[in-house]
Amino acid sequence: MAVALKAGAKLKSAVCDTQLMVVKAPAGEYQLSCGGVEMLVGTATAAEGLKLDPSQAGGTLIGKRYVDAEEKIEMLCTKGGQGSLVLNGVAMQVKQAKQLPSSD
Amino acid sequence: MNIATILEMAAEAFGDRTALVSGATRMTYAELRIAAQRAAMAIRASRARYVALLDVNSPAAPVAIFGAAYAGVPYVPLNYRLTHAEVNELVERIAPAYLVAGADYRALLQPRDDVQVVQREAFLALPDLGQALPEPEEDPRAVAVQLFTSGTTGKPKAAILRHENLMSYIVGTVEFGAAAEDDAVLVTVPPYHIAGISAVLSSTYACRRMVQLDGFDAAAWLHACRAEHVSNVFLVPTMLGRIVDHLMERGEAAALPALRAVAYGGGKMPLSTIQRAMALLPQVDFTNAYGLTETSSTIAVLGPDDHRAAAASEDPLVRKRLASVGRATGAVEIAIRDDDGKPLGTNQPGLVYVRGGQVSGEYLSLGSALDGDGWFCTRDRGYLDEEGYLFLEGRADDVIVRGGENISPGEIEEILLGHPAVADAAVVAVPDEQWGEGVGAVVVLKENARASVAELQDLVKQHLRSSRVPQTIVFRDALPYNELGKVLRRVIRQELSASQVPA
Repeated sequence: MAVALKAGAKLKSAVCDTQLMVVKAPAGEYQLSCGGVEMLVGTATAAEGLKLDPSQAGGTLIGKRYVDAEEKIEMLCTKGGQGSLVLNGVAMQVKQAKQLPSSD
Repeated sequence: MNIATILEMAAEAFGDRTALVSGATRMTYAELRIAAQRAAMAIRASRARYVALLDVNSPAAPVAIFGAAYAGVPYVPLNYRLTHAEVNELVERIAPAYLVAGADYRALLQPRDDVQVVQREAFLALPDLGQALPEPEEDPRAVAVQLFTSGTTGKPKAAILRHENLMSYIVGTVEFGAAAEDDAVLVTVPPYHIAGISAVLSSTYACRRMVQLDGFDAAAWLHACRAEHVSNVFLVPTMLGRIVDHLMERGEAAALPALRAVAYGGGKMPLSTIQRAMALLPQVDFTNAYGLTETSSTIAVLGPDDHRAAAASEDPLVRKRLASVGRATGAVEIAIRDDDGKPLGTNQPGLVYVRGGQVSGEYLSLGSALDGDGWFCTRDRGYLDEEGYLFLEGRADDVIVRGGENISPGEIEEILLGHPAVADAAVVAVPDEQWGEGVGAVVVLKENARASVAELQDLVKQHLRSSRVPQTIVFRDALPYNELGKVLRRVIRQELSASQVPA
């Protein structure tokens, strides 16, 4: 099932602790999975018996931003977990931060 | 999307780390989250429309910022330097409100049925009600912070910053958990200033220990830096000037081995101040940050490498950049346009426009000041050089229009400040029968130094067009500044206009 991603929306993994916040996403429908299982939008709850796919267990890190190859879609990981993020069949990448000097 | 997420993440990843030091009080990020959640319960129970703070810096400021966010109610820090009448006028505009007040400021408030006043100490000792906090509101368009502008013209305007603006700023400019375990930032800007808000949000997201000072003086600042091994500070130019003066007058060594980074902003930095500061603190990284309330804080930075390159370069173009506010951060775009909104090229001065997710450009009941493409006119004048460095020339409203010619006070002030006898100078418009407006200057001379009006006029004439030469120059002991180091041009203008009335 595809989901519409809206900036500010929260998603959580159905099989691990991962939580995401959508930073930006062009309008459209997306397939987003974590640990091989589709992610849950908002307050939706996971079905019984789902398990993390061991081949999709690269893990997510709190505070990292995950993007697609073109950096059109960006998610902030607000809670880390064991699963890997896959968007429309392609693994998401950690966005390389441009380090700014602390200004406040 | 909710700025409470910033604290959630810090408490999740670095819960045991010290979040806050204020006098004898210390709080970890986990404790800050508990305090903010308890505050949220109390705020919800009060059914307030706003959470206000009338106080100097204390742990109540971050607790109120995040508590309001958890409760889904806008946070409104009030200027505690306002008069009794001014404070109550603002309170009227935000009632019904939950208002946290320091003991010294409570007396300013007129009691009202629709405003629940809570003492700072009570606010920080709220009991656990044993109930789970409902999930915070996630509407990105909800208002997180409302700041009353200083209202130099008419009633104070209420600038609003939505959760999406502040989150865009933080996520776009700060790396989560970037601070080292021992890092600490000294916060001296008052809580009602945008820099006071962004200090809390940026430090929390970086998981950096915040050390609060409830007021500024150079000796207390130096003491706090040394005692808490402070690594990062933010200062307005007058504060940095006072610290430099303090050290030089006493011949005191800086003795700040932990200090690594000084960020400054909030007004024009005199070149002599930053040059002396760089000489006194050679190991420190200096960053100039330029931003506005309406842009959720910083939009351009002149970084440490820029400072060093400018100081070391033989190239006058590179040297000059020390007087710029640097380049747009990756989170926004900056453009220069003329008075009709047409884009201007490099080195052409005009109005500074900015666009990006952190730009709110919005006032309560006045609506959005963004154009159709999302650009916000800052009302600052300036230009971009070939490399995108932004040079500011002052507020558009301060421009002197002499016979149809636009004159920026900044360039004239710079020339005057270059005279060895001049300590400070401000240039403003004075009424002129022939030209509409003319150039007036107020000059402060250094102790025991002398300069004549004719000498200063000649100096300007040597560097600039004759239309820039001040027709009126008066000498004063000091210029009027507000508490954050902004020179009060309106006051100077009024004084010069009054003194020009023919006898």
